[in-house]
Order: sequence, then C-alpha cells, then structure tokens
Amino acid sequence: MRGHLILRVVSKILIPFLLMFALYVQFHGDFGPGGGFQAGVIVAAAFVLYALIFGLRAMQKIISPALLEIAVPLGVLIYAGVGVYTWILGGNFLDYNMLDSHDPSHGQHLGVLLVEAGVLLTVSSTMLLIFYTFAGRGR
Amino acid sequence: MEGLNELAFVLGGVNHWITVFLIMAGLYIIVSRSNMIKKLVGLSIFQTSVYLLYVSPGKIIGGTAPIISDDFTVYSNPLPHVLILTAIVVGVATLALGLALVIRINEAYGSIEEDDVYSGEDWN
Amino acid sequence: MLDQLPAIIIAVPLIAAAVCALIRNETVCWLIALVVAFASFVGSATMLGQVQKYGEDISYKLGGWAPPVGIEYKVDLLAGYVLVLVSLIATAVLIYGRQSVKLEIKKNLHGWYYTMYLLCMCGLLGIVITGDAFNAFVFMEISSLSMYTLIALGKDRRAVAAAYQYLVMGTIGATMYIIGVGLLFTITGTLNMADLAMRLVPLLDTPAAIAGMAFIIVGLSLKIALFPLHLWLPNAYAFAPSAVTSFLAATATKVSIYLLMRYLYTVFGFGFSIERTPIPEVIMVLSLLAIFAGSFTALFQENIKRMLAYSSVAQIGYITLGIALANATGLTGSLVHIFNHAVMKGALFMLVGGIAMQVGTVRLSDMAGAGKAMPLTMFGFVLGGFSMIGVPGTVGFVSKWYLAMGALENGWWWIVALLMLSSLLVLVYMGRVIEVAFFRERPVDAIPLKEAPKSMIVTAWVFLLACVYLGFDTSFTVGVAEQAVNVLLGGAQ
Repeated sequence: MRGHLILRVVSKILIPFLLMFALYVQFHGDFGPGGGFQAGVIVAAAFVLYALIFGLRAMQKIISPALLEIAVPLGVLIYAGVGVYTWILGGNFLDYNMLDSHDPSHGQHLGVLLVEAGVLLTVSSTMLLIFYTFAGRGR
Repeated sequence: MEGLNELAFVLGGVNHWITVFLIMAGLYIIVSRSNMIKKLVGLSIFQTSVYLLYVSPGKIIGGTAPIISDDFTVYSNPLPHVLILTAIVVGVATLALGLALVIRINEAYGSIEEDDVYSGEDWN
Repeated sequence: MLDQLPAIIIAVPLIAAAVCALIRNETVCWLIALVVAFASFVGSATMLGQVQKYGEDISYKLGGWAPPVGIEYKVDLLAGYVLVLVSLIATAVLIYGRQSVKLEIKKNLHGWYYTMYLLCMCGLLGIVITGDAFNAFVFMEISSLSMYTLIALGKDRRAVAAAYQYLVMGTIGATMYIIGVGLLFTITGTLNMADLAMRLVPLLDTPAAIAGMAFIIVGLSLKIALFPLHLWLPNAYAFAPSAVTSFLAATATKVSIYLLMRYLYTVFGFGFSIERTPIPEVIMVLSLLAIFAGSFTALFQENIKRMLAYSSVAQIGYITLGIALANATGLTGSLVHIFNHAVMKGALFMLVGGIAMQVGTVRLSDMAGAGKAMPLTMFGFVLGGFSMIGVPGTVGFVSKWYLAMGALENGWWWIVALLMLSSLLVLVYMGRVIEVAFFRERPVDAIPLKEAPKSMIVTAWVFLLACVYLGFDTSFTVGVAEQAVNVLLGGAQ
C-alpha cells in the first residue's frame, strides 16, 4: 500500500503540470516542435496516467466514453468548419488569408490556431477512447 | 586513396544504412513471426524507417530552425518534418486499428497465433 | 461555386462523415450518405463535362497556395473518368445496400457503417483528384483504414481475420509507396506530380529515381492486388458484408491502378517507363499469371463470393495486361475495362448479396434450384456471366476486343489465343453457378426461397442493362478512354 501511496501523491501533483505542458506544446507549434497532434497525445497521456493509478472506473466518471464519442467528430467539424468559413468569405478551401481582410499573415496565424484546436480535441479524445476500449475489454 | 573515398561514402550515409536495416528488420519480423502482435510491431518498425528516410536529409549542414530571421541565411527544410508528422499519425492510427482487430480475433478464436486462426476447413 | 467543385467533392463527404458519427440514427445517416454521394456524382460529372468541353484541365489550389509550393487538385480526362466511376458506384451501392446492411451488420453499428463508407468514398475520390504525391498517400490511407473497418463489420468471425490480413499487407504497400516518394523527393525537392515530371527528366537514369520507381510500383501493386501480391483480396471480399464487397470490388483496386498509371505515364513519362525499362515485360508476365491463376482457382471455390473474388484477381490481370501491351489501343482497353469491370462485378456482387439474404449462406451447393424461385436474380447472373465471358453485345466484349487489337498491333497473336482460353475458363466457373441454380432440383428439406428485395434487384439490373447498353453504345467509355490515352501518351507513340 505504501508504494501505491507514493504513486498517488506524485501523480496528483504531476497531472496538472502535464496538462500545462500540453497547452504549451499546443501554442508553440509555430515556433518550435509542437502543434495539435503532439499536444493531444500529451493530454491523453495525462488522463491515462490518472486511469492507471486510480482505476478505469474513476477516470470514466470524470470523462465518460459518450462525451468522447461526441468530441471526436466535433474536432473534425471544427477543422472543416474553418475551411467552410473561408469558402463563405470567398476564398478557396482553407485559404487562411481570407480570415483577416486587413492583414493576411494575421489571418494565417488565426487559421492555424483554430485548426490546431480542432486537432487537439480530436486527437486527445481519440487516444483516450482507444485506451478506454482496450482497457475496458474483458471485464 | 580510393579506399578512403569508399570509406567516406559508407560512413557518410550512416542514416541511410540505419534506414535500410530498419526496413529489413521490420519486413523480416512481419514475415517470420506468426504471433499477430509481433507482426504489428514489425509493421511499426517498418514505418519508423520511413520517418528516418525523410527527416535525416531534411537537416542541412549549418542550417538553423526554419524561422525567418535576419541573422541566418541557411535554414533546414521544414517540409519533411510536416510530412513525417502526418505519416506518424497514419502509423499510430494503423497500429491502433490493428491492435483492435487482434483483440477481436482473440475473442473470436481464442488465440493470436496466425497458424491457429488461418487454418481449418472454413478457410477453404 | 463551380470553381470550388474539386474541394467540394472532398470536403462535403468528410463533413458528412463527421455528422454521421455524431448522429448515429440509421435512417438519417443513410439519407445524408445518399445525398452526399449523389452530389459528388453530379459534381464529378460536371467537372468531366467541363474538361471535355474546354479541353483544359481543372487546377485547384488548396488553401490558396500556388503549386508547386501548395497542394494542387488536378482534374484531367482520366481523373474525371475515374471520379465519375467511383461516385456512381458509391451512390448505387447506397441505394442497393440498405436492406443488406440492416441484415448483416449489428444494429448499433449502422451509424458507424455510414461514417466509414463516407470516409472511404472521400479517400478514394481524394486519391484520384490530388496532384500531390504525399497527399495521395494520405488519402490512400484514409480510404484503406476505413476499408479495413468496413470489412471487419461482417458477421462471420473470419471477417475480422481477413481485415487483419488486409491491414498488414495494405500497410506494407502504402509504406513502400511512401519510401518511393521519399526517394524521388530527396533528389528533386518537390512533391507536386506535374513538377516532379519536369524535374525528373534529367535525373531519370540515376539509381535513386529508378529505385523510387521500383518502390512505388511494388507498393501500388500490393494495393492493386496484382499477382502474386493478391493474397488479401479473396478473403477480404468473401467475408465482408455484401454491400461493402460490391463497393470495394468495383472501386478500391481501380483507384490504385489509376495512381499507377499516373506515375507511369505522367510522372515518369511513357518514353522512360515503357520504352526504357523492363516494366512492360514484367507486368505482362504477372498479368498473364494473374489471369490464369485467378481463373483456375475460381473454378474450385465452393463459396460464390470467393469465386467472384478470384475472378476479380483475373480481371485485374486484364487491366494491367493493357498497360503491358505498351501501345495506345492496349491502354484504351485497360481504361475501358476499368469502367466495364466495375459495372459487371458490382452487378454480380449485388446479385450475390441478394442471394445471401434469401438463401442464408453463400455456399454453391445451398443454391440448388434457385433459378425457379429467384428468376430475376439468376437471369441477372446469366447476363453478368455473358458479360464476363465477353459475349459480343456486352461490355466484356468491348474491353477484350481492344486488348486483342492491342496485342495484334504488336504481332503477339499468342496473347489473343490466351485471352480466348481465359474466356473459356470464365465460362466454366460461371457455368457452374448456372448449372446448380437452373439444372438441379431444390431438396425438399431446404428453406423455401423467394425473390430478393426490390431495391437490390432494381439496382443490380440497372447495372446489368448498362452492361448491355454500353456494350453497344461505347461512345462514353471508349470516347473518354481514347481521349485520355491521347493525353497520357502525350503525342509520343
């Protein structure tokens, strides 16, 4: 039981920092290695750590599989939604220059930010859903 | 002196030699192991060799990170990195799907050895 | 709107797939899928008409970035032709498959079936329309991963094992393709196919270009199921749900053949890949082996779907034989057969789906006496059989005619003899089914049969009537094929 105690205390301290680091990786994709996919995997890893230590059922009470099944297509819709929005504004699909009529490079920043948010949502929910499916089997 | 040229060719292409080794190792595992999870591991190693193939020539000697700045003139090519991010995602998705299929096969057949699953008269 | 069409036919199925994953009600998902597939068909036909009328290719800059920096969607005659084929088959199988899906797939998975179906269609359309080598890999994997899932939805436990086998072999193929593209990228620095063609011209004899070409051809051969890399195809087609088999048999391998043609003729050029490498000889040997090995193995199959799957391996051999003949007539035969085989095999697999629904199994011996109880289905089978054999007046004859003419242009009369011999083999294995259905009595203790549901019969018969109509009026298939061949061969030869 003592070993479990150390794991529980340390993970409770570490998990918020893991999520912070994931957000850092997400927003620094422009300037260094990073972006939506890497950040999504780190977010999922943080939750998987919680599930490994405190149990799958405890994790599923926090984030239920039904919520994840909604989040996965939602991220795809956010990404495609940015593309449709640029269509409406008159450009080609995913033409980020259209997003800010005064300053195209600002439009590029905004566009990449939005699509990376969509990617983060989909990737983290998919990874966590894969974990739920594999770990929940055979119960 | 020509021997040194040959040596330089061999030692200079270390990244390509490693790529070739990983391709061969991956393919050998897929072909020779009958455990389905081991085959998927071999598939994963095979896909990893591709990442090396793209990323290692992307670093230009003396090049810096591909962010425009007035102090630098030589930049590493950012395109291979982006391509490999996509390829890594594809590899992860394939591995996840393969493992899910292996779990279903295990539940249906009771074994994950290829010889047990693909034998029998129902495979005609 | 019209100039956004290339992106519309890719983005709308993708969005519709995400919407279907959110709403998992079977009726709503089916309606969404049907509307989207039909819209893609209309869009593809419009683009093909536009290319034919104005004589110049449609080029679309994704994200507003001009090629070769950005990804370009390019529609020329060949691409338009394959786009129309894929979207047409997708729509038809949706109309046909609703009953079959309700029967063969578990109830809570119907919404996911339509999601995967739309993703697969999006991936296949994407491979055809993209003009970027790496983008083709991405779409290839989108379509392949959804195909593995669709196959694994079959009710037999062997479906999951067949999907696993397909996954391993398909991923090896895709990775080999990407190794080839990587080698080409390293020496030219570009991924856009048109730009690659230009930059490869001085580099064609370097080991890197030749190795890249070899990797691409082997990788695509795994996806095409060219003999001897066809081992995944029979199991995957036999144990998948019937609607899935109808869709895959008509489209999946054809799109990979399109990609192979794109590399051989556009990127590497006819002058190099056909005239200066041993590719035609190697593909000729493999095609002939595919035709005969496929047809012989089909003779001994007890499972009708597996028999038709081995027959597909043989038909793919016909298509690659046209490439190997290395002249315009042979290539026209290939392109025409891409369309014709899709229509023929699609119709046959649809009929088999109807049989599976009524008889309960797909074993040949269980079908005894089905001719009396299910006349429309079995007569459809007879007509499909005539088309596969190549009876004049059906589409099968048109493709075999062009292949034979192409062979004779080269003076290879022995290929014509082999083509006729293989038609004889088709007669034997299709004849087995006819014999069991019409000339045997139904045993007294067997399940009484009635005709398959109307939606299935009507769609299958529309395809069969198209087989006969397109066998007489070849202006669409042969017309577009000949124009496309002129463009592909670019004046050379």
